[in-house]
Amino acid sequence: MEAQTTLLYTSGLTIGYQAGKGKTKVISGPLDLELHAGQLICLLGPNGCGKSTLLRTISGLQNPLKGEINLDGAALHQLKPAQVAKKISLVLTDNVRAGNLDVYSLISLGRYPYSGWLGILTEQDKQVIDQAIKATDTGAFIGRKMDSLSDGECQKVMLARAMAQDTPLIILDEPTAHLDLPSRIQLMRLLHQLAKETNKAILLSTHELDLALQVADQIWLMSKGGQLDAGLPEELVLNGAFQHAFDKDGIAFDAASGTFNIHHAGKRNIKVTGEGVAAFWTKKALVRNGFSISAAADDLMVTVSGEGADTLWTVQKNKELVAYTSLRGFLHTL
Amino acid sequence: MNKIKVLVLLVILFVAFLLDVALGSVHIPLKDVIKVLFTPDAGNDTWVYIIEKIRLPKALTAIIVGCGLSVSGLQMQTLFRNPLAGPSVLGITAGASLGVALVMLSAGSITSLYTIKELGISGSWLIIVASSLGAALIMILIVSISSSLKDNVIVLIVGVMIGNITLSVISIWQYFSSPELIKDYLLWTFGSLGGVTGSQLLILAVVVFAGLLISFLSSKLLDALLLGDNYARSMGLTVKRARILIIGSTSILAGGITAFCGPIGFIGIAVPHLARALFNTSSHRILIPACCLIGTVLMLICDLVAQLPGSQTVLPINVITALVGSPVVIWIIAGPTKLRGF
Repeated sequence: MEAQTTLLYTSGLTIGYQAGKGKTKVISGPLDLELHAGQLICLLGPNGCGKSTLLRTISGLQNPLKGEINLDGAALHQLKPAQVAKKISLVLTDNVRAGNLDVYSLISLGRYPYSGWLGILTEQDKQVIDQAIKATDTGAFIGRKMDSLSDGECQKVMLARAMAQDTPLIILDEPTAHLDLPSRIQLMRLLHQLAKETNKAILLSTHELDLALQVADQIWLMSKGGQLDAGLPEELVLNGAFQHAFDKDGIAFDAASGTFNIHHAGKRNIKVTGEGVAAFWTKKALVRNGFSISAAADDLMVTVSGEGADTLWTVQKNKELVAYTSLRGFLHTL
Repeated sequence: MNKIKVLVLLVILFVAFLLDVALGSVHIPLKDVIKVLFTPDAGNDTWVYIIEKIRLPKALTAIIVGCGLSVSGLQMQTLFRNPLAGPSVLGITAGASLGVALVMLSAGSITSLYTIKELGISGSWLIIVASSLGAALIMILIVSISSSLKDNVIVLIVGVMIGNITLSVISIWQYFSSPELIKDYLLWTFGSLGGVTGSQLLILAVVVFAGLLISFLSSKLLDALLLGDNYARSMGLTVKRARILIIGSTSILAGGITAFCGPIGFIGIAVPHLARALFNTSSHRILIPACCLIGTVLMLICDLVAQLPGSQTVLPINVITALVGSPVVIWIIAGPTKLRGF
């Protein structure tokens, strides 16, 4: 692996908020975290575990209770907002559809930390804005008003604004919330690509576990109690951190498939033989219908053979053999 | 394109200004009006007096009020991120009225056009300071409330209620005053552009110009605040300092104008929307001058209508601004953008 530039690190960071006079509510900590250039880091965790608080603290919107955040060689709390603005840009969940804003004006607000006291854009500013528009593929929306954009389009525009701010670190708070599936995949792929191509560090919180496992260079996994496990996605799967973080009744993380099983293990055992796509989906259908797939079930067995329209399901029940040509028919008789 | 719009507005402004000076209860031919305007000491002494002492100050006051109220409304709409914010809506002018009333009360006098006219220069300053402080007080109150309430409409209702409370306090005091004085006060609350002359006009001009200058210099801050506090901060804005600056200049503008002209409604809320619609922008660098231009034109036209050309009657200016401004407010609420597109 190439040498990593550490953009930001925390030492003994404790996050939380003031709960009344002199009292503080600790959410998580002490945390020792690192952010490296060119990495996409996904912060995962159940609702209400403090993901937003952590992001807000790291981005300087909120003060830490204890510990230190070091941003590019300087303590974050000693930097002025104008200095932080040149290092960290944000994409938040705040509503931005206001003020008659059109897409270009909004993206050009990203040049705010660099422009003069009246905010007039120079040629160089315009170049950076154009690059940001190109990188995020938002050229088609220019000229439209913010309130005419869909949620997915709006997120891309906000990302373009963050790109125009030209910071080594971009932090996004739940950028995939409210997006439909294709937009979510598109956005995650875009973020992954940006991290690689521009060597920026991109930190985002999300609920998209499967997408995060695919694109993240690092995962920060937060549990309800505030415990945070950081590591490679695969490491966290293998060491059981995922099971722990999302531990709830009846929900199990399946390390074999990298997904959560929503079905309880069934009461009846069935053995499935056969290979390929048809066997895979047959197993899924059986699990949904309350079966447990077991290699030891000798009294009930199904053999999947053939493929496409010619798939054949041969059920062996009490030493009787029956063949079905459709999955529905086969399931119906069980 | 924008240049043409500005040019058209300037022409309308010029014509409206001329008509505002030319028309009134005493008929003066337009030719003589222009003569008096450009060559002093010319012609009929009565006409010169009417134009120089009454009509010209009134038209100039209309310009000052139009600029000041529109820009204070624009700043409030951005600061609260609320399309329905405006000095009269959120009780800022009511706060200013309270300040004015307090000065009058402690002076053992009553708020009326007459007593304001009789104030000396120091008294004028005193009343402007009191009025601006009253405006600032209400504004800070509403800012602190709005930081915990996310709903625009609730903030609005709270603002209206605070305004009502303020006005009730004044009314209670008015209730114990003599009937003639109450009538005077009522006339002041109708708003008037006619009461400001001489040194007071100069003071008002200086105060409003200062407010406008601060506002224009903070146009970049206002742009950032369009995205809300968090984004503004992430772009390098020191939000607290920006808020103080904006609350300060808004209070000076709304307070100064209310002190001398009474609480004039609807200009502050309506003009920013007209400016955004006409110039199709969100940049305050453009919107602030645009508000000045449109506010001036609208105020002059309102004043023209208020004089009911050809008659001896002059209607209170507030009646006319409400007539012009209310449809705009209805358009904001029920129109195609429906509150979101402020």
